[in-house]
Amino acid sequence: MTALAARPLGHLDRLEAESIHIMRETVAECERPVMLYSIGKDSAAMLHIAMKAFYPSKLPFPLLHVNTTWKFREMIEFRDRRVKELGVELIEYINPKGIEMDISPFVHGSKLHTEIMKTEALKQALDKYNFDAAFGGARRDEEKSRAKERVLSFRTAQHRWDPKNQRPEFWRLYNTRKAPGESLRVFPMSNWTEADIWDYIARENIPVVPLYFAKERPVVRRGGTLIMVDDDRMKLAPGESIEHKKVRFRTLGCYPLTGGIESDASTLDEIIAEMRESRSSERQGRLIDHDGSSSMEQKKQEGYF
Amino acid sequence: MHGAVAAALPSRAPARLVGEKPLLRFITCGSVDDGKSTLIGRLLYDADLAPDDIIAALESDSKKHGTQGEALDFALLVDGLAAEREQGITIDVAYRYFATDKRKFIVADTPGHEQYTRNMAVGASTADLAILLVDARKGILPQTRRHSVITSMFGVRHVVVAVNKMDLVGYSEGVFRKIEADFHAFANNLRFASIYVAPLVAKDGDNLVHGSANMSWHQGPPLLSYLEGVAVEDVMQIAPFRMPVQWVNRPNLDFRGFSGFISGGNIRPGDIIRVLPSGRDTRVARIATFDGDLESALSGQSVTLTLSEEIDISRGDLLCSPVSPAKTGDRLEAKLLWLVREPLLVGKNYLLKLGTKTGPAAVTEVDARIDIESGLPQPLADGSTLAFNEIGDARLSLETVIACDPYVENRETGGFILIDRITNETVAVGMVKAVAASNGRAAAPLTELSYASMEGLPLVRESFRPSPTRSLVKALSWLLPASVSTFLIVYAFVQNAELAAEITGVELLAMFALYYFHERFWTRLKFGLATEETQPGDDPGL
Repeated sequence: MTALAARPLGHLDRLEAESIHIMRETVAECERPVMLYSIGKDSAAMLHIAMKAFYPSKLPFPLLHVNTTWKFREMIEFRDRRVKELGVELIEYINPKGIEMDISPFVHGSKLHTEIMKTEALKQALDKYNFDAAFGGARRDEEKSRAKERVLSFRTAQHRWDPKNQRPEFWRLYNTRKAPGESLRVFPMSNWTEADIWDYIARENIPVVPLYFAKERPVVRRGGTLIMVDDDRMKLAPGESIEHKKVRFRTLGCYPLTGGIESDASTLDEIIAEMRESRSSERQGRLIDHDGSSSMEQKKQEGYF
Repeated sequence: MHGAVAAALPSRAPARLVGEKPLLRFITCGSVDDGKSTLIGRLLYDADLAPDDIIAALESDSKKHGTQGEALDFALLVDGLAAEREQGITIDVAYRYFATDKRKFIVADTPGHEQYTRNMAVGASTADLAILLVDARKGILPQTRRHSVITSMFGVRHVVVAVNKMDLVGYSEGVFRKIEADFHAFANNLRFASIYVAPLVAKDGDNLVHGSANMSWHQGPPLLSYLEGVAVEDVMQIAPFRMPVQWVNRPNLDFRGFSGFISGGNIRPGDIIRVLPSGRDTRVARIATFDGDLESALSGQSVTLTLSEEIDISRGDLLCSPVSPAKTGDRLEAKLLWLVREPLLVGKNYLLKLGTKTGPAAVTEVDARIDIESGLPQPLADGSTLAFNEIGDARLSLETVIACDPYVENRETGGFILIDRITNETVAVGMVKAVAASNGRAAAPLTELSYASMEGLPLVRESFRPSPTRSLVKALSWLLPASVSTFLIVYAFVQNAELAAEITGVELLAMFALYYFHERFWTRLKFGLATEETQPGDDPGL
C-alpha cells in the first residue's frame, strides 16, 4: 500500500471528517444504532462515509429501508445491488397495515400514505428491532424546520420531537444519554448542501440510482408536475396521456409523489452544472412538503424522519 | 531516525488550495425584534441566493404571517418553526448555507429572547465571527451586553455591530456615533480581535449587499463585502497535536486502530505521541484510511491510527504531542454557563463530558458570577450559586483524572458539558481555565517509555553539572546573607561593632574558599543522583 501525499483540507474534506466523527460518536455511545437507507443520493453519500468511518472494520450497524411498496423499481434494483457489492446487512420493513389495506397514494392521498407507510412504519421498525439511534441523511439546507434541527435529535419513547426544547450542542460534544425507550435521530450530513453532495459523489465516484440522470421516460403531466408511470398501478385520469419526455429526478421517493424535471443532464458534470444554474430548491418536486407551510415540522413532531 | 515528534511545526501547515473558497462561520444575535432574521433573509434575497420557489413561498407566507404589511417579510425566509412564524420570533438556532464568488458561509441565526440564550451560545461555540444587532432607537441593551459577553467567553474573535433600523432615527450619524462609542467603551474588557460597526436598514437592504444613499457619511464597506474579506485564520493546524480516542477499531487480531478526530496539530507515521492520562509514550505506525495510508494528517481530519506497541488505550484517552502534552488532573477551574431552570447545586453529582471522556464530577465551589453588564466577575452572596442563563467562575472536582487544555488554547480539548444524571439534560457548558491534581492523583509519564528515551536524548540535564562560575556565584549569594547574620550575632555577644566587623571579614574569606571547594567536590560525586534523574513528571529538558 502506498502512502498518500498530504493534501490541504478542502471544504468537502472537512464535511466528511465531521460526518465521520458524528457516526463514530454515536456508535461508541449507543447500544443499537441503525442507518436509515432511503436509496437516494444523500443515503448514497452517507453510506459511503460510513464505510470510511469504520474502515477496516465492517459497518457496525445494519441498514434499514422503510419500504412503502411505491418506490421506483429502479431504486429497489439499485438497493439490492449496492448491498451485495458492499457486503452490508439490510433490513427491509413494510408496514403490514399498509399491505392489508392495499394502500395507494393515488387512492388514499399523499398525507395518509406518508403517515402509514413512512411515519408509522419507521416507528414500528425502530420499536421492533429496539434501535436506540437511527442515522438519517437529512440536511439542514433542505427545508426550514430541518434548518433548526440539531445533529442529534432526541425523541421521546413515543418518537416525538419537541422543537422548543432541543438539547444544546456545543463544539463537537454530543449528549447521547437517554432513558430506556427513548431514542436518537442522528443527522451526520446536517451541514452539507445539495451542491456539496453532488460534488462529493463526483469526487468519490459514488454510484447513484440512474433516475438522477436524464433519460426518455414515460410521464404524465399531473398537478403541474411530471409523474413517471413506473408500473400498471398508475391509472390515467380522463384527458391524461402518457408522454415520452427526457426527464430526471432531483430527489427520489415514492414514484407517484415525486415530480420529474425536464432535463438533458445525463452525466454527473451536467447535473452539477444544471443545479448551479437552477433557480429552484430541490424539494419543489416533493409533493408531501406542500400539504401546508409547516407540514414538514408537523410530520417530524409526529415521528417522521 | 525521522526526528520529528508530534509537535506542530508551522512549515507543515498547508497552503490554501488555489481557487478554494474559504469558509466563514458566523452567528447573528441581538434582542427580540432587532431584525436578525430579516437581515439574513434580505441578505440572501439581495445577493440573489434564494431559490425562486422559496421566494414564491415567501410571498404567500408574507401575506399570511407577515409583519411588514404588503411588503415581503424577509424574516419568514429563515424562521422555520410554526411557533416562530406565528409569534414572529426566533426560538432556535437556524443554520443557513450560502456561497458568494469569494467565500462559503455557514450562518447560525440565533434567538434574541433571554430564555433562549443557551441556543445563542450553541451558535457561538463554533463561530468565527458574530454579528450583534442593535436597534438604533434603543442603543446597547442588557441583552446586547449578554450576547457580547457570551460571544467573547466562547472565544469568538471578530465582531460586527450592526446598528439596524437607521431609517427610524432619520439616518442620523449622531445616533450612530453614540452607539459606536458606547459599544467600544463596553467591549474594552472583552478582548475581541476586531470590531466593525455598521449602520443598516435590514428590511430595505441599506449597507447589506449594496451601500446606502441615505447614509453617505458612512465610510465602511457594506456588510456582505466585509464578511467576504474578513481574515479568520485556522490556528488549530499549528497547535500541539491532540486526538481524543473515539473508538477502538478492532476488526481482527491483526489490526488494532484508534479512531478519532484530530483537534489540534498534525501527525505522521513515526511520530511519538503521549497517551493521557496514563502518560505512556509510543510511536505512530500507520494512519489508516479507506483511501489508503496517509503520509500525514492534520487538525480537522477524522483518522484511524495504529501504534508501534500494544498499549491499553480506550475511548476517552487523549493522544497528544509529548513536547506540549495536555494537562492532567482531577480538579478544574472553569467558566460555566448554566443552561437550565433548576439552579446549580454545589456538591451534586453531575456527569462531565470533555472530548470523548465522560465521568462523574461535582462543582465544589462557585467563586464569582460574571456581571452581564460589564463582563467582570462579582462576588456571590452567601449560599447562592448559578441560575438559568448565568455565567460564573467555578471549581470542579472529578472522580477520575482527565486530560485537557485551557480553553483559550484549544476549544475542543478545553470545552466541556455537564449532564444531569437523572434527567439526562445538558445543564451547563464550561470552559477550562486551569487544571490541578489532588494529592497523588496526577498520572506520571512512565520513564522507560518516555519521549526522551525513545529519541535517545540524555536523561541527565545539563544543569546537573554546574560550571565553576555557577559554583562561584552560588557561593557569593550564600555568603552575603550569611555574613550579615555573622556580624549581627557577634555584635550581640561583644557589643563592639569594630570587632564584629573584623571577625565577619575573616570568616567571610575562609567560608568563601571552603564553600567553593565543597561545592565543586559534590558536583563530581554521583552519589544520590540516580533517583533524581528519573523523577516522574520531570519534563526532560524541553
